[in-house]
Amino acid sequence: MSNTAAVHENEQISIKKKSQIVDVWKRLCRNKTAVLGLIIVAILVLIAIFAPIVLDYENQVIKTDYGNALKAPCAAHPFGTDEMGRDILVRVLYATSTSLSIGVVTVIVSLTVGLILGSAAGYFGGKVDMIIMRIMDIFLAIPGILLAICIVASLGNSIINLVIAQAVSAVPTFARVVRGAVMTVRDAEYVEAARAIGAKDSTIIFHDVLPNSLAPIIVQTTLQVASVILSIAGLSFIGLGIPAPRPEWGAMLSASRAYIRDYSYMCLFPGAAIMITILSLNLLGDGLRDALDPRLR
Amino acid sequence: MSTQPLLDVKGLKKYFKTPKGMLHAVDDVTFTIEKGKTLGVVGESGCGKSTTGRAILRLLEPTAGEVLFEGEDVVKLSKDEMRKKRTDMQIIFQDPFSSLNPRKTISQIIADPLKINNIITDKNQQLERVRELMETVGLADRLINTYPHELDGGRRQRIGIARALALNPKFIVCDEPVSALDVSIQAQILNLMKQLQRKMGLTYMFITHDLSVVNHFSDDIAVMYLGKLIEKAPSEELFAHPTHPYTQALLSAIPIPSLDNRKERILLKGEITSPIEPPAACRFANRCPHATDRCRSAEPQLKEISPGHFVSCFLTD
Amino acid sequence: MSEEVKKENTNAKDLTAEIKDLVVEFRTDYGVVQALNSMELEIERGKTLGLVGETGAGKTTTGLSLLRLIPDPPGVIVKGSIKLDGKDILSMSDKEMQDIRGKAVAMIFQDPMTSLDPVMTVENQIAEVIKLHEEGGMEHALTRAREMLELVGIPGSRGSEYPHQFSGGMKQRVVIAMALACNPELLIADEPTTALDVTIQAQVLEMMKGLREKYNTSMLMITHDLGIVAEICDKVSVIYAGHVIEHGTLVDIFKNTRHPYTEGLFNSLPNLENRTAELKPIKGLMPDPSNLPKGCAFCPRCDYAMEICKTEKPKRVYRNDTHYVECHLYNEDNIQEGKVSIR
Repeated sequence: MSNTAAVHENEQISIKKKSQIVDVWKRLCRNKTAVLGLIIVAILVLIAIFAPIVLDYENQVIKTDYGNALKAPCAAHPFGTDEMGRDILVRVLYATSTSLSIGVVTVIVSLTVGLILGSAAGYFGGKVDMIIMRIMDIFLAIPGILLAICIVASLGNSIINLVIAQAVSAVPTFARVVRGAVMTVRDAEYVEAARAIGAKDSTIIFHDVLPNSLAPIIVQTTLQVASVILSIAGLSFIGLGIPAPRPEWGAMLSASRAYIRDYSYMCLFPGAAIMITILSLNLLGDGLRDALDPRLR
Repeated sequence: MSTQPLLDVKGLKKYFKTPKGMLHAVDDVTFTIEKGKTLGVVGESGCGKSTTGRAILRLLEPTAGEVLFEGEDVVKLSKDEMRKKRTDMQIIFQDPFSSLNPRKTISQIIADPLKINNIITDKNQQLERVRELMETVGLADRLINTYPHELDGGRRQRIGIARALALNPKFIVCDEPVSALDVSIQAQILNLMKQLQRKMGLTYMFITHDLSVVNHFSDDIAVMYLGKLIEKAPSEELFAHPTHPYTQALLSAIPIPSLDNRKERILLKGEITSPIEPPAACRFANRCPHATDRCRSAEPQLKEISPGHFVSCFLTD
Repeated sequence: MSEEVKKENTNAKDLTAEIKDLVVEFRTDYGVVQALNSMELEIERGKTLGLVGETGAGKTTTGLSLLRLIPDPPGVIVKGSIKLDGKDILSMSDKEMQDIRGKAVAMIFQDPMTSLDPVMTVENQIAEVIKLHEEGGMEHALTRAREMLELVGIPGSRGSEYPHQFSGGMKQRVVIAMALACNPELLIADEPTTALDVTIQAQVLEMMKGLREKYNTSMLMITHDLGIVAEICDKVSVIYAGHVIEHGTLVDIFKNTRHPYTEGLFNSLPNLENRTAELKPIKGLMPDPSNLPKGCAFCPRCDYAMEICKTEKPKRVYRNDTHYVECHLYNEDNIQEGKVSIR
């Protein structure tokens, strides 16, 4: 038949097998701000990994040296020293590891729970949706910081409790985003097509629905890491975060508050660290959103 | 001797709950399709033609009625049994853009039915079958690892057809398979589907709003209006002797790409009756140029006015 | 006919719109898409020109160019001229152009669902357009808006309703009423009935015919449906890959088809008279607009393609005053002979 042959011959584009990840990567690389975000995030991750290995926690990070207290930035101490004579550069670097790891762990926990609840609610709809989402609404109605304060206050001031507190308040956000993303995909014809070829609900959710709802979820994930880091800084600032003397940006800010008039550099560096981290994560998140959408090519 | 039809739909109903009441999307539709034949289902948007197709495959659960496939009522099957039945009953979708998962390659999409139904479990054999199917529907072998968005509408629709064919079905619901395509591509796909029907003995239910396409493609044509089947006849008979006033108006409205034999248009007036809790009356009465009081107070039933030609209209009495 | 005489004929025509040698490119990160390649178009006053072609042929771009609405970036007008009523719109200021849009030239888009504002009543939307271009304030505009609704067959009392309260066909009528509100000289209709059901389409086409006669409006009917062309147009331009390959009156195009592509379009359509006739599709696909063939753009899909088609662009050959075709199969000597015969 002529039409069959025609399709074979009239073709200019040559198509090789290529991984979709490579494709996403290429599109991400075209976005300059996203690349900037990615580079900063990568540097932060490297710092977070290597700071605890390279820096001596006992002697460099938490050892007080009152003789050197409140030194302005100089060659020996590029970021200056704090009120206990500790090098601010060392502490800012070390705190990266604390903040990032708490952020990532919290988000992994809340994402897993949110993914299960949200996709069940979005895909099945009806009563399942109703019950799950009303419970999520209750959680959303409690201010996150208040919830965190309650949990930390009742369970004690530790990193694990901090993670629990943050994860609990992040779950409803994820559940909502996942549910919304799943609902837009749920009625797509290819989902119906999967049902028509006899696929089970679980297969459909994992093979057809979730992969196509990933974009908003990944974006939300990067943004949520930023938000968790920010609230931990906030909690530390009011003294409910990372227990001293372990360095943390929020706690450092809080401590420098008293010296803000005469030694403003003390709050400058931890503040800048927070800002750069959040900004780069957000840039990356936005870039990923564009890169992950195969239709936006 | 009358042979058993492949598909025998009796009193099929599908209602949807809406805030204003029950929407009668498909209301008491009855028809049969013989093996190896094509039934064209035509009607305008919202007439329930797609819903009928989906209710037959139980992609939407029918509210009432029987769907006898080879004598077996598929409405009564359990969810698992129905899943197995889908190897015999397939669907080709209208929109080749949204009916393919954008995150899967062509080979994954076509192999899915084989994997899911455990028909071929060996990876290499799967790939071989995928290549065979691509060959059948006229897709070049080197496209095997491309994604749907890299291809044009015609090729995507070929993927959809290959996916439906993967399970060797006996019956395929074609839901507006060429409406989204350009005319030159549309003809390619229609020819392909005809050729496949001859080769594999397929039975089609061909849903469309395009009357010239349905005339070309179908053995029988059923006309639907607001959830009701109002006329059914062999294609030639329907075009030669359209009997229901709606069918007449519909046929006269087709724009004909020719300067000769221009015919008189029947222009419809009046508002379309709401399909939500419709009154017991002819649903076309509001727009019908011949409507009488009887049409507004009672519902006409489907009657056979000549062999194989069914109409539901009081004017035929 | 000599070149001189033809030129005179062109000058004698009363043209509402004229496009000459227009080249439009869309410059994206992924390459340059040649949307229009020396596009030509003439719309005579009071007449309807059908612009026929497939998806991606440049139909909509042509329509938008007449309003100077080609999205920029990525769209760039490389060269050519666009004249409305003899005035070149490419050299006009933005302000002048705004006055033309809606007043002298109006456009109807394919999808009536997205071209109406869902939070504004129908009469207000029409009045808005009138107020922009006419004196007389809101009261006058509203009265005119209701008149326009009556004109397209909608009771004026329904003007205070919102778009979602109207059916698809009614919405398209509202869009048409809005387009006609300022008595434009040129109406550009971009697939105005594609989203509508056939019986509604018949009503809308009938109505457009009536209004066109009443106001002597010139019209550009962009469509892929040759049935609609036969119904409503006076002349037809068949466009392929951003270029007119055949142009003529209805009789020229429907009865004396010359270009293999036009012929292919007709052969692809199911025949209502003979339902068993096999469809003869055009093989292959539209060429990639960012990588057009060097010679005739249709050559890779053409059954009659010759060596010369691959390398050289065909020249225009006239069959009569109104009918021309661009194809290597024809020259001044054989153009009268009839349809191309299959070798």
